[in-house]
Amino acid sequence: MALYVLQQIVNGVSAGSLYALMAVGLAMIFGILRLINFAHGDIMMVAAYFATFALFAGLPLPAAVLVMTVGTILVGLAMERIAYRPIRGAPDVATLLTSFAVGQILENGVLLTSRLAGQPIQIAFPAPPGLDGVVALGSLTVPRVNVASFGSGIVLLVLLSLFVTRTRLGLSMQAAADDLTAAQLMGIRVNRVVATAFVIASGLAAVAGFLYASQAGQINPYLGFTPVLKAFIAAVIGGFGSLTGAVAGGYALGLLEVIPTALAGIADILPPGSVSPAVHDLLATLFPAGLASYRDAFVFVFLILMLLFRPNGILRATREETP
Amino acid sequence: MTAPSRVRAWVGLRRPNLLLATLVVVGLALLDASGLAFWQGLAINLAIFLILVVSLNLASGFTGVFSLGHIGFMALGAYISAILTLPLREKADYLPRLPAWLAGVHFDQLVGPLPVGWLAATILAGILVALLALVVGSVLLRLSGHFVAVATLGFLVIVRVVLFNADDFTRGSRTFSNVTPYTNLWWAWGWAALTVLVTWRLKHSAIGREMFAQRADRWAAQAVGVTITRPRLVAFVVSAFFTAVAGSLYAHFITSFSPTVFYFDLAFRVITMLVVGGMGSVSGSVLGTMVVVAVAEALRRIEDATLLYGMSGILLAVFFILVIIFRPGGIMGQQELSWAMVRGILGGRRPAPATAGSGPWARDLGTLHGGSPAAELPTPMPDDGFEPS
Repeated sequence: MALYVLQQIVNGVSAGSLYALMAVGLAMIFGILRLINFAHGDIMMVAAYFATFALFAGLPLPAAVLVMTVGTILVGLAMERIAYRPIRGAPDVATLLTSFAVGQILENGVLLTSRLAGQPIQIAFPAPPGLDGVVALGSLTVPRVNVASFGSGIVLLVLLSLFVTRTRLGLSMQAAADDLTAAQLMGIRVNRVVATAFVIASGLAAVAGFLYASQAGQINPYLGFTPVLKAFIAAVIGGFGSLTGAVAGGYALGLLEVIPTALAGIADILPPGSVSPAVHDLLATLFPAGLASYRDAFVFVFLILMLLFRPNGILRATREETP
Repeated sequence: MTAPSRVRAWVGLRRPNLLLATLVVVGLALLDASGLAFWQGLAINLAIFLILVVSLNLASGFTGVFSLGHIGFMALGAYISAILTLPLREKADYLPRLPAWLAGVHFDQLVGPLPVGWLAATILAGILVALLALVVGSVLLRLSGHFVAVATLGFLVIVRVVLFNADDFTRGSRTFSNVTPYTNLWWAWGWAALTVLVTWRLKHSAIGREMFAQRADRWAAQAVGVTITRPRLVAFVVSAFFTAVAGSLYAHFITSFSPTVFYFDLAFRVITMLVVGGMGSVSGSVLGTMVVVAVAEALRRIEDATLLYGMSGILLAVFFILVIIFRPGGIMGQQELSWAMVRGILGGRRPAPATAGSGPWARDLGTLHGGSPAAELPTPMPDDGFEPS
């Protein structure tokens, strides 16, 4: 039983790393521009395609990762320059709708490109040899890609926090997030800060896209939709706009998400005789095996509850400017 | 006023409107008689989109509360009405695990050529969905700005997950087919006309003005006693009813569908039509729907001919972004097409531009770029803790 719980926690943490990588990017862009960049999920999808095509072309793994990261960052920068800069300062809904449109362009663009390249809609991800298989930790078996997710998540997020707190550019980013106009008046080049935010966000999304594709085993142009929604939830949990909050929210969401999966059919997982038949039946009624497939519904109910009752995050009760 | 004349006044049967209605009816009759299946299908499609866009305009354009979850209401309307109209024998074969109270229900009665059972099923589906909207809305409409948009998107995801998993009712991810093809030109356009009429009347009613007032300036609105949630909720519920009706029309038009249809792509298409037409303008919605349906259809044909699948999606999204950047009010802004304006255009005079600041709503609004007036106040009044806007 303890092993079962531990296994679920490991699953949760590894999913949480992906959410954290995505949520940080969302929160960073939101913090500076007050833009919920829904196309962030599609940036992640674009990264998965870059990686796939680079691997198809026979590039070794490090080169493929490099191509993917650079390509994705360029797409992110182009997106900011072409679509988001002209509407900077427009009301919330206009920027949100624009990001939907940008997402549609990326999805359809990838669809078109991969069709022209003679690929089907659903492509099997050529999993790099280092990432398949499992690692045994005692009696626990963890897929290697989950270990990679966790590891790269931690490393990148630590690097990010060093960048934001220790470098000049990082500090000006914080200033811009605090008050864009004041930062501009203090001589901070806002366009450069915004571009940096998109570079970092797209880079992190690229890594997330690669890990996601390795976990899922196949990719399609629409794979970014659910992750960006999850990242949004993670960012809300952490208090929208806060980077540390987004990371914490990502891991919290990862753990939260495994609860319905873990509880589904719990009655049959318990060793026979460990609980009385009455409890067994109660558990079987409360948590039927089909519960797991409703996981996303639970997560979004949770999102709605969060937005209603803790719109500033789990930890922060008030803030002068509510999101 | 006598009763018939009161009805005439409510419907707005003045001579030019009557002329337009006659033209539409004659056009539909010609189309019906022509046997051109493709154009008939396109016209039905157009009517369904009209209902979706006009009712989304009611919920979002009038009130400023952006709902991305309306396609969820459409999905529920489609599934509820389709389950209700399925004839008994097919129901037993097709949905064998329906609970007993539902398994014996069949709304497939005909009176002469009229499918009254389907009409009842459609209205029933509309009412059930409207009740759900009442519950969902009274929770979600406390939010504002992009947070309500994302929360309603969450609702759409929840509906989808439930439809995929409620196998006994919806066949899950398998296609739900064998729906009787009741929808024809007359039903689709009849419902579309009713939607336009009701929305139009609502816009010019007291509650409609409350919708626009709280959108324009919630502090000023509250100061004169306009509540925020009541007009929002009325708009949301009425709009959910018609959206569910559109779902029923859709289900009985294409006759087989699965939950995947009712998702973000469709929601985005409807939003494009709404924004292109102008948020807050009923006639704008009609124009926006016609423009986007025509453009999408043309692009689809080009796509089929060139095999460049994805091209139409890209071009439509680019068009959408250009509208947001260069003409945030869409075609009409918040104004309505009036006969005077039409005469002006026909007479070669330019109509009043549909941009910010024109019309009685001095401060902006029909546009997406209006900016919240509250944000311009040097010291915003303390929030009443009512909504995180």
